[in-house]
Amino acid sequence: MAVAAAGAGSGPWATQEKQFPPALLSFFIYNPRFGPREGEEENKILFYHPNEVEKNEKIRNVGLCEAIVQFTRTFSPSKPAKSLHTQKNRQFFNEPEEHFWMVMVVRNPIIEKQSKDGKPVIEYQEEELLDKVYSSVLQQCYSMYKLFNGTFLKAMEDGGIELLKERLEKFFHRYLQTLHLQSCDLLDIFGGISFFPLDKMTYLKIQSFVNRVEESLNIVKYTAFLYNDQLIWSGLEQDDMRILYKYLTTSLFPRHMEPESCLFLLLRFLTGPLNLNDPDAKCRFPKIFVNTDDAYEELHLIVYKAMSAAVCFMIDASIQPTLDFCRRLDSVVGPQLTVLASDICEQFNINKRMSGFVLGFLFTFILLPPMNLAGKSTILGDIVLPVDRGEVYVILIKNVKKLCATQFNNIFFLD
Amino acid sequence: MGEEDYYLELCERPVQFEKANPVNCVFFDEANKQVFAVRSGGATGVVVKGPDDRNPISFRMDDKGEVKCIKFSLENKILAVQRTSKTVDFCNFIPDNSQLEYTQECKTKNANILGFCWTSSTEIVFITDQGIEFYQVLPEKRSLKLLKSHNLNVNWYMYCPESAVILLSTTVLENVLQPFHFRAGTMSKLPKFEIELPAAPKSTKPSLSERDIAMATVYGQLYVLFLRHHSRTSNSTGAEVVLYHLPREGACKKMHILKLNRTGKFALNVVDNLVVVHHQDTETSVIFDIKLRGEFDGSVTFHHPVLPARSIQPYQIPIAGNGFCRGVSAAVLPRGCVLTMIFGSYLWNLQVKLEPIVNLLPDKGRLMDFLLQRKECKMVILSVCSQMLSESDRASLPVIATVFDKLNHEYKKYLDAEQSYAMAVEAGQSRSSPLLKRPVRTQAVLDQSDVYTHVLSAFVEKKEMPHKFVIAVLMEYIRSLNQFQIAVQHYLHELVIKTLVQHNLFYMLHQFLQYHVLSDSKPLACLLLSLESFYPPAHQLSLDMLKRLSTANDEIVEVLLSKHQVLAALRFIRGIGGHDNISARKFLDAAKQTEDNMLFYTIFRFFEQRNQRLRGSPNFTPGEHCEEHVAFFKQIFGDQALMRPTTF
Repeated sequence: MAVAAAGAGSGPWATQEKQFPPALLSFFIYNPRFGPREGEEENKILFYHPNEVEKNEKIRNVGLCEAIVQFTRTFSPSKPAKSLHTQKNRQFFNEPEEHFWMVMVVRNPIIEKQSKDGKPVIEYQEEELLDKVYSSVLQQCYSMYKLFNGTFLKAMEDGGIELLKERLEKFFHRYLQTLHLQSCDLLDIFGGISFFPLDKMTYLKIQSFVNRVEESLNIVKYTAFLYNDQLIWSGLEQDDMRILYKYLTTSLFPRHMEPESCLFLLLRFLTGPLNLNDPDAKCRFPKIFVNTDDAYEELHLIVYKAMSAAVCFMIDASIQPTLDFCRRLDSVVGPQLTVLASDICEQFNINKRMSGFVLGFLFTFILLPPMNLAGKSTILGDIVLPVDRGEVYVILIKNVKKLCATQFNNIFFLD
Repeated sequence: MGEEDYYLELCERPVQFEKANPVNCVFFDEANKQVFAVRSGGATGVVVKGPDDRNPISFRMDDKGEVKCIKFSLENKILAVQRTSKTVDFCNFIPDNSQLEYTQECKTKNANILGFCWTSSTEIVFITDQGIEFYQVLPEKRSLKLLKSHNLNVNWYMYCPESAVILLSTTVLENVLQPFHFRAGTMSKLPKFEIELPAAPKSTKPSLSERDIAMATVYGQLYVLFLRHHSRTSNSTGAEVVLYHLPREGACKKMHILKLNRTGKFALNVVDNLVVVHHQDTETSVIFDIKLRGEFDGSVTFHHPVLPARSIQPYQIPIAGNGFCRGVSAAVLPRGCVLTMIFGSYLWNLQVKLEPIVNLLPDKGRLMDFLLQRKECKMVILSVCSQMLSESDRASLPVIATVFDKLNHEYKKYLDAEQSYAMAVEAGQSRSSPLLKRPVRTQAVLDQSDVYTHVLSAFVEKKEMPHKFVIAVLMEYIRSLNQFQIAVQHYLHELVIKTLVQHNLFYMLHQFLQYHVLSDSKPLACLLLSLESFYPPAHQLSLDMLKRLSTANDEIVEVLLSKHQVLAALRFIRGIGGHDNISARKFLDAAKQTEDNMLFYTIFRFFEQRNQRLRGSPNFTPGEHCEEHVAFFKQIFGDQALMRPTTF
């Protein structure tokens, strides 16, 4: 079974040995076209983490990666190497835009055993890391960058290499600290969106709400509706929504966790002005970039929350939302959303009682029993991962048939 | 004022009659809506014209003195003529019955007949100043039989033919009204009630004039309408019409007050359940709808005119050889005329034109409430719907939602009535209960196909419409149907899908399917299947839908076979236990097409085993038409590869 990654301190033998989870060794972005001649190699490097590394080593590492990619390209011109396995670490390559390479080096998990003479023996768990998981993590790094900064090319067009470097530095400096490589698991492959289960009528009410708000606040271009950190409606296309969803659920929402007692705070902007009554409140919203393949839209992201319902309003970046607009949004959306949120809550409780609710299957996953896939010892239960493009993959076949029969009788399975 | 502005008009074909003059007397019978022109007391002819019948009735009768009143019984069976204050003369108009006149004198001594009313084809009521007498006419015997009578002082009377109720004015102030109801030979006395008279100056004696009272059926209920004139002593801003509800049983109750906000002379009509009040000074009219929301003060509801006052549309009367005579705007209105209007020598029905109202009533919700109660509303409502979705007059989504909700509310009421009727019929109650009636489908019932055909299908075709708005409107309609628990027809879902696909909004489509907003159906599954080339996941969505339908197993097999997933198809059909009945040829054909010999071998072997199990021999029967496949199998795998019959 190949679903093993390192888990820290689990298993019965944990007492005699020390375990070290996988860790990020380095992360760099380069473009070989920027320093093709000898002596100019440094120009290729757009971003390098950790920055303290000596210049020559940076150049060496980049050169090595370049060589590996070039070398493997001779065998498979369309699909050059995605990863390189070594005893101590594993390197992942990704070319998200032409000639722009992102490389992530992950140290293999380590087990430190006591030998009989008391000397520590280090053992690298070479086979523990899953290529797919970390390749996906690397891809997500790019997607997240792109969501907030646009493409590399766009930065080049806007302000040349210097601007691109600046943006990369600004973004990844913080982002890499949040990677948590030790807790990456299978679910990272899919970048799944969890959909909130809801009955048709309540769903239609939400539809109606979204349409009405988009009509009355006509600068709103797209809307996404979430409840309990699960998605209900996305006006954005799937790929953009996936990364936005990841940002919302892993970064924005956790940052705004609040004590439940603060009832007066239940309604407010998660991005933008903190206090609408303050005339000096800053109306600055994060910018996001979507549909970068064709329309290349730049948008302001307004996230507004009432009880457990959160709505993302995306408005064209050329229009600067004013405090007046925020107040209007607050007065239009606030009352409706509060009613809707309590409706959803009520319906959800009814539905919970009537089990057998039809699961939205795209990007919905269930884990029975809940477990951390990363840990070796927990690969026990059943896991079903319905994924991309409407097809359903079933992983870890144990009682899956039974599970399918009970939980997924609405889905047609190919045996 | 543009021509579109008039919302009241006179009917196209008025009844024309000879003008009243010393030799020609004209009478109007409201019950039959007939105009009688009696020339020289009938000696030189009587002409009877009604609005409906094209052929006027004309006859002669002897001139036995001045005719005071003349009326046919229902269905024109018997003619009654009053010439004196004590008697009424009758004449049969029934074939094979004697046409000799016969006479009935009122029973009460010293009483004067105020008038008479036919309550059926053979029943008549005399109203005298001392009471009423209810008779049955026996035409073959040429005599009348008194069924019932009642004594009381009568000032004046009023008759409502639709509900067969006679209202008598009693007491000195004339304001105590005593209603009687007639039905199939019975006369019942309803509770009397008093009309509150406005305070009047001491010098004049207050009294209730019959000119200020009318009776009419509004929304199936009988009302007594009282025109209360503006009194200088009270603070009211103008005259009012007070509606007293006269139920079949129970006491009369003051229910509605229509605020006219004007003073002067008025006349009332009731058309299509609307109370129309004509104001003589301004020659304009206003309409009231008591079903529209008014101000309720705890016992009475106050209503204001639905629309601003307008004149009746001027009517041009063609005069032979001489062009047109002058247009008629509201002229003298006769008293007690609730449905019809008489101007000069013409009798008109008043009609309400709905189209101009659309533009006069900006509040779409109120407009819908108003239109849904009208008789001829369907096309107007559909045009309102189209208009609110048009680019120039686009309404906001909440307004559109309100309109849809109102339509579907009416639609659902009808569906429910229909369903409970069907259930009652099924339960065999139809014979036992004569009250059980099939619900009438009025024009206000606009179903999904009406809205689809006349509004939505054209709407989605409009290129200039932003697709966001188109989808929002479709979803709003579907939401409204769902809210009223009406099953949504698949063609509406198709419309949604078509629109989404046209704009490449597959992810939206996916989400709608995921939340079952687009309900499962075979046509929808097939539509999804056809989208596979644009959006690959549609294939799986379609299969899921077919599986949920659970009646579409054949379709699932076909879909899988068409995708060359022969084994999957076979496993599926085996899974549901249908593998004994499937056509071997179909599967073998599909297997052969894959050009995968091992697959063909497997499938072939499966059917050999099935033959063995079902018939005791692995061979195919001629009826299965598999000779070609057996030959193909032999050619590839050899004769010896064929399964041998197992013998015991």
